[in-house]
Amino acid sequence: MSYQEKRSLVNLVSVVLITAVYSAYMIQRYPEASPYSPEVFRFWGAFFLILIPVSIVARIVIYILFAIINAIATREEEPPITDERDRLIELKSAQMSLYVFTAGFVLAMVSLVADMPPSAMFIILICAGVVSEMVSDISQFYYYRRGF
Amino acid sequence: MEKLIINNNIRRLRFDHDEMTQQQLADKVGVTRQTIVAIEKGNYSPSLELAFRIARVFNTALEQVFFIEDKHS
Repeated sequence: MSYQEKRSLVNLVSVVLITAVYSAYMIQRYPEASPYSPEVFRFWGAFFLILIPVSIVARIVIYILFAIINAIATREEEPPITDERDRLIELKSAQMSLYVFTAGFVLAMVSLVADMPPSAMFIILICAGVVSEMVSDISQFYYYRRGF
Repeated sequence: MEKLIINNNIRRLRFDHDEMTQQQLADKVGVTRQTIVAIEKGNYSPSLELAFRIARVFNTALEQVFFIEDKHS
């Protein structure tokens, strides 16, 4: 398995892990107010604002750990360059990820029109974000495995 | 429109050039070894620029490196 394939799998696992752990922690603090109260909106605002730095730091830590463990286990280092195939694969996976997130965004808007509580919209947005990242990592893995 | 099957002689050309390794060829043309592996297997069709760079390393014409596979052969 190439370095890029392993990196895609590590990214996939880290997305699922970070979101699951963070969501489990935050949901415990969900306000017991009316689903339409300002408290709920403040909660979801904080949820997204904290998720961004937490996710960045956690992913950097996981990536560094992966690079160290991989270097020790296989003596293989990260490819020093990003070539045309890497860029094409990145573009293709970003395109698929964007399609998924756009579908999720539309679904979130549908939930508002359908008179569902605002929390449903936020949950759909989070799910769309996670699924779109997973699609990006899975498609990168698939393209690297196939050649392109 | 039917899809063209593009094949190549890179493996043979590497062998003919002092058994050049995939990594050596990759370094000369500025790509990763994985990209050379994908091209050799026919899984990835390189850009025109990369194709010319590979041909230049072997000091040969582009047609000697890449060719369209005959469907009837």
